[in-house]
Amino acid sequence: MSKITFNEKTYDLNENETVLECLLRHGVDTPYSCQSGSCQSCMMRATEGTPPIEAQAGIKPTLQQQNYFLACICKPSSDLSLCAAGNEALPKQQATVIDKTPLSAKIMRLRLAPEQSLSFQPGQFINLHRDDGLTRSYSIASLTTEGFLELHIELIENGRMSSWIHNELEVGSSITIEGAHGDSFYLGGRPEQPLLLIGTGSGLSPLWGIARAALQQGHSGEIHIYHGSREPQKLYLMEELRQLATKHGNVRYTPCLSSGEMKGVHVGRAADTALSEHPSLSGWRVFLCGHPQMVNDTKRKAFLAGANFQDILADPFTINTN
Amino acid sequence: MSQSLYDRIGGDAAVNAAVDLFYRKVLADDRINHFFDGIDMAKQHAKQKAFLTMALGGPNNYTGEDMRKGHAHLVARGLNDSHFDAVMENLGATLTELGVPGDLIAEAAAIAESTRNDVLGK
Ligand SMILES: Cc1cc2nc3c(=O)[nH]c(=O)nc-3n(C[C@H](O)[C@H](O)[C@H](O)COP(=O)(O)OP(=O)(O)OC[C@H]3O[C@@H](n4cnc5c(N)ncnc54)[C@H](O)[C@@H]3O)c2cc1C
Ligand code: HEM
Ligand code: FES
Repeated sequence: MSKITFNEKTYDLNENETVLECLLRHGVDTPYSCQSGSCQSCMMRATEGTPPIEAQAGIKPTLQQQNYFLACICKPSSDLSLCAAGNEALPKQQATVIDKTPLSAKIMRLRLAPEQSLSFQPGQFINLHRDDGLTRSYSIASLTTEGFLELHIELIENGRMSSWIHNELEVGSSITIEGAHGDSFYLGGRPEQPLLLIGTGSGLSPLWGIARAALQQGHSGEIHIYHGSREPQKLYLMEELRQLATKHGNVRYTPCLSSGEMKGVHVGRAADTALSEHPSLSGWRVFLCGHPQMVNDTKRKAFLAGANFQDILADPFTINTN
Repeated sequence: MSQSLYDRIGGDAAVNAAVDLFYRKVLADDRINHFFDGIDMAKQHAKQKAFLTMALGGPNNYTGEDMRKGHAHLVARGLNDSHFDAVMENLGATLTELGVPGDLIAEAAAIAESTRNDVLGK
């Protein structure tokens, strides 16, 4: 019989028993509802071992790839170690700051070299832990082939982590990282699909990774990048993005300033501009990163404009309250 | 034993095809979309699948009591027959759009209708 390990305890599965049944039989308090594989309340992640493919039915492909599964329909044929979805702590490790370069007055590019190899996809995020325990999430802009982790950090007024990174963190010093997390990244397999990438402020960071990962994997469909901000200092990588669009005929780049005026920049919000230029998103894949309200509103609008739910990948940069 | 409605409609694949269509209709329907505000869209989307699987007579372990408890907070916010009718209408329109034959739609409607008292806490 197979065994499952959860919260450092190991349980034997009875014959024909699901992971959920086994956990409940042992009195483990774990969420569930329909017990038939449709509501996704019981979603877990296998941190060791591979869940059977049937137990991943209906889950977002970017989660399937990370071994998420539904406990209520999972009858493992081999041993699994599990954690609850939404509560995944991956191993921490140290990383060295190898580069710190301002990309604009408000955005700092940080490049880190992790001590051990870190498995990630561009567009996912890692958690940075300062020695006093302060923890914040930052998205990954670099490609897996670049050999470093690149982060773009926006300076937030009175922001504890962001101002510390901008003003105090030194090249050569070491910082604790944990990850990678998140289901907003490029998966190959549908190279002709048009992509819509919308970001505000440092929400460009994951999009810069995602767009280049798509091109690296031979994406041939159109890739539309809309990057917006309220302040000109938060529009960055403009030259690099223009070059990307020149080099790849399928890339379109539209920088947007929500108000004011700037040469070569569209006036209007990024999401409004993108949605009015692409009123039908049926068949598109959509990536949304940055301001939480922009992300959540646009998710809904993109879905109503015809994008499949599974094709809307979003990372709201939720503000910490602690 | 005769095949269940769920199997005749096309099982899991049919439900998957219906979820986006149905959820889009619900979100666009001003009579009922306020009940779905403020809940994480991914969770809500998965629950639409639970709803459709149930309405199409597919595998589920929900009891009438579960439906009562699961919608009690909505009844407290004013959920009534008119909202239930709106959901029924969206269900019918979704299945019609997918080309499901009328007699099967009627069967699905009857299953959903049978939960009315529990959903509305009557
Ligand atoms: C999944 C995820 C990915 C993220 N990726 C990135 C990234 O790639 N780059 C990046 O720069 N940030 C990113 N963030 C945001 C980041 O984690 C921090 O929230 C941000 O850096 C602020 O932290 P802080 O400690 O500097 O500010 P805090 O000390 O937490 O906040 C200081 C004050 O500023 C307010 N505040 C916080 N954020 C904002 C904001 N955006 N605009 C206005 N006011 C604000 C707070 O309410 C508070 O009053 C991401 C967040 C998430 C959840
Ligand atoms: C037609 C009969 C109905 C059936 C069979 C039904 C079925 C279900 C099911 C199976 C769930 C998921 C429960 C869970 O696993 O947590 C659910 C949740 C929900 N239903 Fe219904 N439902 C019906 C009518 C309605 C109506 C009329 C409304 C409102 C207009 C509604 C609004 C909701 C909401 C908002 C949730 C999510 C609750 C939450 O997560 O807080 N339902 N329903
Ligand atoms: S409990 Fe609903 S999917 Fe597992």
